Amino acid sequence: MQNSVKKYFPIFALPTVAAFAIGFFVPFIMGIYLSFCKFTTVTDAKFVGIDNYLKIFSDKTFGHSLWYTAAFTVVSVVLINVLAFAVAMLLTKGIRGTNVFRTVFFMPNLIGGIVLGYIWQLLLNGILANYQKTLTYNAAYGFWGLVILMCWQQIGYMMIIYISGIQNIPGELIEAAKIDGATPVQILRNVTIPMVMPSITICTFLTLTNSFKLFDQNLALTNGEPSNMSELLALNIYYTFYGRAGYEGVGQAKAVVFFILVALIAVVQTRLTRSREVQQ
Amino acid sequence: MGVRKARNGWLFTLLFSALSLAWVFPIVLVVVNSFKKKVYISRKPFEFPFGKMFVELENYVRGMEKIQFFDAFKNSLFITVCSVAVIILCTSMCAWYISRINSAFSTGFYYLCLFSMIVPFQMVMFTLSKLANILHLYSPIGIILVYLGFGAGLSVFMFCGFVRSIPLEIEEAAMIDGCTPLQTYFHVVFPILKPTCITVAILQAMWIWNDYLLPYLVLDIKRWKTIPIAIQYLKGGYGAVDMGAMMAMLVLAIIPIIIFYMVCQKYIIEGVVAGAVKG
Repeated sequence: MQNSVKKYFPIFALPTVAAFAIGFFVPFIMGIYLSFCKFTTVTDAKFVGIDNYLKIFSDKTFGHSLWYTAAFTVVSVVLINVLAFAVAMLLTKGIRGTNVFRTVFFMPNLIGGIVLGYIWQLLLNGILANYQKTLTYNAAYGFWGLVILMCWQQIGYMMIIYISGIQNIPGELIEAAKIDGATPVQILRNVTIPMVMPSITICTFLTLTNSFKLFDQNLALTNGEPSNMSELLALNIYYTFYGRAGYEGVGQAKAVVFFILVALIAVVQTRLTRSREVQQ
Repeated sequence: MGVRKARNGWLFTLLFSALSLAWVFPIVLVVVNSFKKKVYISRKPFEFPFGKMFVELENYVRGMEKIQFFDAFKNSLFITVCSVAVIILCTSMCAWYISRINSAFSTGFYYLCLFSMIVPFQMVMFTLSKLANILHLYSPIGIILVYLGFGAGLSVFMFCGFVRSIPLEIEEAAMIDGCTPLQTYFHVVFPILKPTCITVAILQAMWIWNDYLLPYLVLDIKRWKTIPIAIQYLKGGYGAVDMGAMMAMLVLAIIPIIIFYMVCQKYIIEGVVAGAVKG
C-alpha cells in the first residue's frame, strides 16, 4: 500500500505542504533572520547582528507592556477558570433551564474581538460617564475593562469544556466517596478536581495563550491609550512595526521574544498540569 | 449523577436566569442604541430611544453607505466558506497521506504542524504580508491559500489524531478490490472522517470569520474589506466616531452570527468539546 499511495504525493499532500510553506514556514524562517537585520521591506535587509535585541531593552514601552500583559494574563486566567468551573459545577446538577443558560453563556465566543471591543466600550464608558471618566482615563481602567471583557467572552467556552469533563466522572466514584462519609468539599478536592484535570490542562492552556496573545479586543477597546499605557504585547509589537518608521527590525526582534515567551509558557504549563493528571 | 434534581433547584434557576439576562445585556444595549440619534449615544447610553432620540433606521442607512456593509458581508462569507472548505479537503487528505506513509518527511511535517500551533501571529505577520504581496495573494481568492497555510497546523494535527484510529484493514480491502488511492480516500476514508470534519470546520470558521489582523495585512483593503475590517475602518484614525453608524453596524455584524448559532448550536458546542479533548 505504501508504494501505490506514495505516488499520489502531489495530489494528497502537496497543496497543504506548499500552502504551509507560504503561510507559515517561509515567513517564520524569514522572521527569525530579519530580527537580526535593519530593513523597511523584506528586500532591503542589512545584517546588523543583535542590535535590534539590544534596542528592545532601551524601549520602555516594551517593558511596560510585558508586565501589563503578564498581570492581565494571570488575573484573567484565574478569574475565567475559577468562574467557569463554578458555573460548570452548578450546571451539572440538573437545574431547570440548564440548556438555555449554557447556550447564553457560550454565545459571546462567536462574536469577533473587534466587535466585542466596541460593545464593551459603549457599556463601560456609559457606566464610567457617571463619574466623569472614560476607559482611557488611565491604564487601570483599560486593564479591568479588558479583564471583564475577556471573562464575558471566555467563561462560556471554558464552561463547556469543564461540563464535559465533569459529566465524564463515573457516578459510582462520587457515590462511593459519599458512602465513605466524605463532605462535599472533600469530594470536590479529592475526587472531582483530580478527575477533571485533563479539562483543567486544556482550559488553562487556552486561556493562557489567548490572554497572552490578545490583540483585537485591546485594539478596539482602548487602542493602547492613554499614551501606550494600556498596550498588551501583541499591540505593542504591531505599533513597533507599523507605527514607527525605521523600527521594523526592532518589531521583528520583539516578535521573536514574544514567540519564545509564548512557547515557554505553553510548554511549562502543559508539563505542570499534565503531571497532576490521574490515569482513568 | 444523572437526572436527580438538585435541592433548592428553583433558587439556582432564578440566579442563573438573572445572570443570563446580565450576560445578554451588552448586546441588548447595542441594539437599543442603534436606534438612537448619534449625539445621545455616548451621553445617555442607558436610556430608551423615545421621542426626539429615536431615529428609526437612519443609523443603519448611514452606516451601510459609509462602509458598504453588504460588500464586506459578502467578502467575509466568501472567504470563510471557501477557506474552510479548502482547509477541510486539503488538510484531511494531507493528514491521511502523512499518517499512512512512514517517512522522515511525514514525521517532520507532522511535528512542524504541531509547532506552528504555538507560534503567535505577530511572529510571522510582517514577513507573511510581504510574501503574500509578492505572490499576489491579496485578493479574496489568494487569501484562501494563506488561510490554508496558516490554519494547516491545527487541522492536520486533529485529522492525524483521528486517522490513526481507523483500522488499516478497511483501506487495504478497498485497495485489493481495485480502488485507486483517490477512490479509497473518497469512498472509504473521507466518510469516516466526517465528525472530525465538522469539528475542524467549526473551529476554523469561528477563527476566520472573526479574524481581523491577517486579512487587514494581507488583503488589498481598498478593494476588499471583511466585516471586522469594515467595523474598525468606521472608527477611523482621527476625530469623533460616528457612534450611531457604529452601533448599527455592530448589530448587523452580530445578527448573522446569532442566527447561525441558533441553527447549528448542537454542532458548535460538540465541536468545541471534541476540539478541546483532542487539542
